[in-house]
Amino acid sequence: MNLALSGTNSAPRISHLGTSAILFEAPGELNLANQRRIWALAERASTWPNVREAVPGLTNLMLILDPPPRDPDALKQLLLDGWASGEELHPKPKTLKIPIVYGGEGGPHLRDVAEGTGLSVDEVVRLHSQPTYTVYAVGQHAGYCYLGGLNPRLFMPRRKVPLVSIPAGSLSIAGMQTGVSASRGPSGWHTIGRAEISFFDPTNRPPARLKPGDIVQFVVEGILE
Amino acid sequence: MIEILSAAPLMTVQDMGRSGNYRYGVCRSGAMDRVALAIGNALLGNDENAAALEIPMPPVRIFFRSEINFALTGADCVATLDGSPIPPWWAMRARAGQVLSLAPPQTGSCAYLCLEGGINVPEVLGSRSTQLREGFGGLNGKPVSPGDRLDAVGNDVILPPGGLGAVPPRNALALSDWPGITLRVIPAAEYDNYTAASRDAFWSADWLITPQSNRAGYRLSGPDLTLTHPLELRSHGIVPGVIQVPPGGQPIIQLADAGTMGGYPKIGTVIEADLWRIGQARAGDRLRFIETDYGTAIDALEAVKQYLYDMRRQTALLRKAARRWEQV
Repeated sequence: MNLALSGTNSAPRISHLGTSAILFEAPGELNLANQRRIWALAERASTWPNVREAVPGLTNLMLILDPPPRDPDALKQLLLDGWASGEELHPKPKTLKIPIVYGGEGGPHLRDVAEGTGLSVDEVVRLHSQPTYTVYAVGQHAGYCYLGGLNPRLFMPRRKVPLVSIPAGSLSIAGMQTGVSASRGPSGWHTIGRAEISFFDPTNRPPARLKPGDIVQFVVEGILE
Repeated sequence: MIEILSAAPLMTVQDMGRSGNYRYGVCRSGAMDRVALAIGNALLGNDENAAALEIPMPPVRIFFRSEINFALTGADCVATLDGSPIPPWWAMRARAGQVLSLAPPQTGSCAYLCLEGGINVPEVLGSRSTQLREGFGGLNGKPVSPGDRLDAVGNDVILPPGGLGAVPPRNALALSDWPGITLRVIPAAEYDNYTAASRDAFWSADWLITPQSNRAGYRLSGPDLTLTHPLELRSHGIVPGVIQVPPGGQPIIQLADAGTMGGYPKIGTVIEADLWRIGQARAGDRLRFIETDYGTAIDALEAVKQYLYDMRRQTALLRKAARRWEQV
């Protein structure tokens, strides 16, 4: 069973997050082309009335409402029309190389991932460090980047019970997603490695180091048992 | 200026929270009970967004180093100034050298100590709220501890002699006679993916708030909520109030310090108008969810705004009278 496909809708889906936000979920695959359409939609939506902020996720977009309109239908129509326009955003990317120590204390779930995917540890590391990844979205915690481009053979469902805390610099995977945590915090993902890097500084403008469209490469610095 | 003599764990400086930086992963932070903060600020004639000291689960003792107007709102704790009791939801003037004591709350969990003009800490990314995870905002990004001193911005407001009070929101905005906490919820995107039995259980159960609850979220204990088939969602933006259900089946209400994105299925969202009620919930308390819709939730938000407007207007009239009296 490919759980990754269970999130694929045939038509856009719009739902409420209370009165605080509206969530737009695009139809189709999780890929760069669809993500570029989400970035374009976010740029449009950030100028709409009642929208405090447009927050891109993975082929979805959250509009934070302030104040929430009494009738949200106009915003929903704007979302549908904006998506249907097919417009893509192509931001000028910068590339960041991140040295990673896979496994060991910094990557306690590397072996779980190998077992879960039926691969050897070395294969997991090779498949994970081979591609160049694109920043699809920034969020979860400050400066954290959701990266697109994970090899489907590394697919792992999220953990049944989230961990209360993992340290900054933790490289994790879950679903079709991977990323390096920017600060200590809870996580429902599998941690397979560790990096020494800073992604966020509240005194910088913008405060996050990477933006959607930027490129990340992982460089294998070591593999620990 | 005030000085902390003894502190509750995780006391922090909070205002209404940070907005406009979600797309960089910066969560809302801000007061867990924003209504209590707004009332404290209204009593003092402060800006609604002025920063205050959030005190989860007193006891606490605070020393006034200078003469200052202060307000105490939120959790129902017996408070005294140099041993004399202070009414709940009250603002008054403290003299230099006096000591404010808050006993453990009888009901509720978070008390707010507001100072005239608000607590004077630098704004970071447009807010004075403490961001504990990344360690910025508030008092150097850290909890407030014994020995710490906090300055007020100050204002020229004159309070009536003896002070003034407000009608608490638990009276003005009461939802039910049930002694637990009732929260209105709009079903979220995955609501229909839960089994009929789980949907029924969600609305009918008395949920227990577990000790694994904090500013980031409240973990609940009750009947397991199960999906009709497993879902692995793409991560998306979430806001305070979203009720996520990890595969273990026990829901988590995301709150002020929650991550800005998540991917666990969400069964519903506590409406913004009721978020302050969770701010006063504590481990061991019981929770019930009532189903509502978007239009009713907008009405509820209007009711909160009207209550805050009324309190702001009434307290302003009392302060105006006090100023006239002062000038006679």
